Amino acid sequence: MTQLQPSPGGQPATRTAHQAAGTAAFLDVRNLSVKFPTDDGLVSAVNGMDFSLERGQTLGIVGESGSGKSVTSQALMGLLKGTSARVTGQALFQGKDLVTLPESGMRQLRGRNIGMIFQDPLSALHPFFTVGHQIAEAYLVHNKASKKQARAAAVDMLGRVGIPSPEQRYDEYPHHFSGGMRQRAMIAMALICEPELLIADEPTTALDVTVQAQILDLMSELQQETNSALILITHDLGVVAEVCDSVLVMYGGQCVESGPVDEIFYDTQHPYTLGLLKSMPTLSSSSGRLNPIPGQPPSLLDLPKGCIFSARCEYAALAGDGVCAGQRPELVVEDGHGKRCHLSGPQIVTIRNTR
Amino acid sequence: MIRFIFRRTGSLILLLVAVSFITFTLFQLGPADPASAACGQECTPERIAEARVALGMDHPFLIQYIDYMRGLVSPRMIGAPGAESICQWPCLGKSFQTNENVSDIIARSLPYTLSMAVGALVLWTVSGVGLGLLAALRKGSATDKFIVGAASVGVSLPIPVTGLFLLLVFVNQLHLLPFTTNEINSPFGPQGPGAWVLNYFLPWVALAVLFSAAYIRVTRTNMIETFSEDFIRTARAKGLAPRTVTFKHGVRAGITPVVTMLGMDIGLLLGGAVLTEQIFSVPGLGFTAVRAAISGDLPVTMAITMLAAFFVIVANVVVDLAYAAIDPRVRLQ
Repeated sequence: MTQLQPSPGGQPATRTAHQAAGTAAFLDVRNLSVKFPTDDGLVSAVNGMDFSLERGQTLGIVGESGSGKSVTSQALMGLLKGTSARVTGQALFQGKDLVTLPESGMRQLRGRNIGMIFQDPLSALHPFFTVGHQIAEAYLVHNKASKKQARAAAVDMLGRVGIPSPEQRYDEYPHHFSGGMRQRAMIAMALICEPELLIADEPTTALDVTVQAQILDLMSELQQETNSALILITHDLGVVAEVCDSVLVMYGGQCVESGPVDEIFYDTQHPYTLGLLKSMPTLSSSSGRLNPIPGQPPSLLDLPKGCIFSARCEYAALAGDGVCAGQRPELVVEDGHGKRCHLSGPQIVTIRNTR
Repeated sequence: MIRFIFRRTGSLILLLVAVSFITFTLFQLGPADPASAACGQECTPERIAEARVALGMDHPFLIQYIDYMRGLVSPRMIGAPGAESICQWPCLGKSFQTNENVSDIIARSLPYTLSMAVGALVLWTVSGVGLGLLAALRKGSATDKFIVGAASVGVSLPIPVTGLFLLLVFVNQLHLLPFTTNEINSPFGPQGPGAWVLNYFLPWVALAVLFSAAYIRVTRTNMIETFSEDFIRTARAKGLAPRTVTFKHGVRAGITPVVTMLGMDIGLLLGGAVLTEQIFSVPGLGFTAVRAAISGDLPVTMAITMLAAFFVIVANVVVDLAYAAIDPRVRLQ
């Protein structure tokens, strides 16, 4: 888990290919922004996200707490509809724009076409209903089936996610399950209608390390079986290395770097990503101390005018006087690898090599 | 579940014994002298002594208490030696004032209190929970603000104010409703359920205004909290209809504090809504208890206190059972 071994055969993000060919991607997010009006002012949680995803692919969205990862996923799920949140931009999913789709249309997609796994399975499962009932309920909303058929489908699904004696476990409550079993049940619930897109919001964060690997393996396995697309939201770079094809690094509600997993790890282009990688504990490090990125994430109430990361970036001076603080860099994509930084490629390479 | 009920019944009996003992002790320590009250105008020390014997107050305190408690399980004789009369089971003693069996007094008062409680309960639960839920669903809107504002006014209106105001407007001025009469104390009486409703409508409203205000606030707060829970988000993520999310997943989880409140309020109300019964001159338990307490009528005061305690405790057991029915996690213990 803590080893930075990217999964073999990672496919590069295909956005540029699609743009060139003019065909629509399976999921194509353009300039997605989410703002929350609060008493203190407008909180800009997500600021112009762009990414795309194909079936069978896994996209990892990485970033620290408050970087907008979860809000992005909730916006895609339409879970922000009916709240005060202002979602703008475009998110084309099989040709339908998830941003403008009304709640009723979104409801048809939720669970059936887009499934979601949440971080803490104990609080995400309803404490008053049996695990089986909650899974069968997800099946019944989207399928014309009898309660008996729904039960059979749920029992089958519980078996597929590796819960032993699913027939008995069906009638147990979430508090009877262990943490790992609960997350398996959560996965069963998200996958019962075999959605084409699965969004997993920190699915392993609340689990202990031995269980984390099992859950990740299970998700990858089921993803391959159904050839679905997976968006994995996490702050654990080890998880990303293990299962993702491409990675999107978020900071202050923006994508600061994106690309195939190998390139993000071995051809890092953004100082923030470099900082993230450096902050990971390694077995070989001799000092025994962690290397955090100094400073605090920017206030989403009042984003800096220039590069959002400039205040914490130790290399901001290299780009020239006041450039980083005064001017917001664009996301520049080259060969499927995007970065949002004023520093040139050679400068980054120098930084990497002298680190 | 059956063991649970047994255990709770056991503790119910213990609690009742404790309540009875405390009431009995309090009464002994109090300034009231039932004997001098019972012997009337031209009282001599001899007559007071006689009265004490007749009321059984010549015995030591503990003996009096044990005698009283014996009456709860079997019939017993009451009165001075030679002038005893039988007190049938369940014997709650005889009134120091009228020498009537206390159980008869209770049996006469209880239907009035029940009539008051049942209607008020339905009215305030439906309006309180309904409006609270509506406010929670429309959180921050004008509807929400109006409901919360009305609840703040309602909760600060004392019963005498609401009661007298209702009487003045609907009975005195508009003549829309009859003044509450003592002749109707059940919907199954000869006058029928319609007359029963009309007769008790104003006391119900007076009680409901006060109670539903509290229920609105508790329901609203708890439902807002529940609607922000992760499992509600999960329910939405499954693609469930808003109605199912709200009622099946939301209300069931958010309603437990209301159930607790409801249990305690029912218990309290069955012990007699003292103020409301006074204002509308309904001779229920509260009305009777006040008069008995003032005149130092120990057996009547005792009986109503114990009955009220009994209702509160039973209501608590019912709440616990309801909890177990609503929340499977409670069944573990």
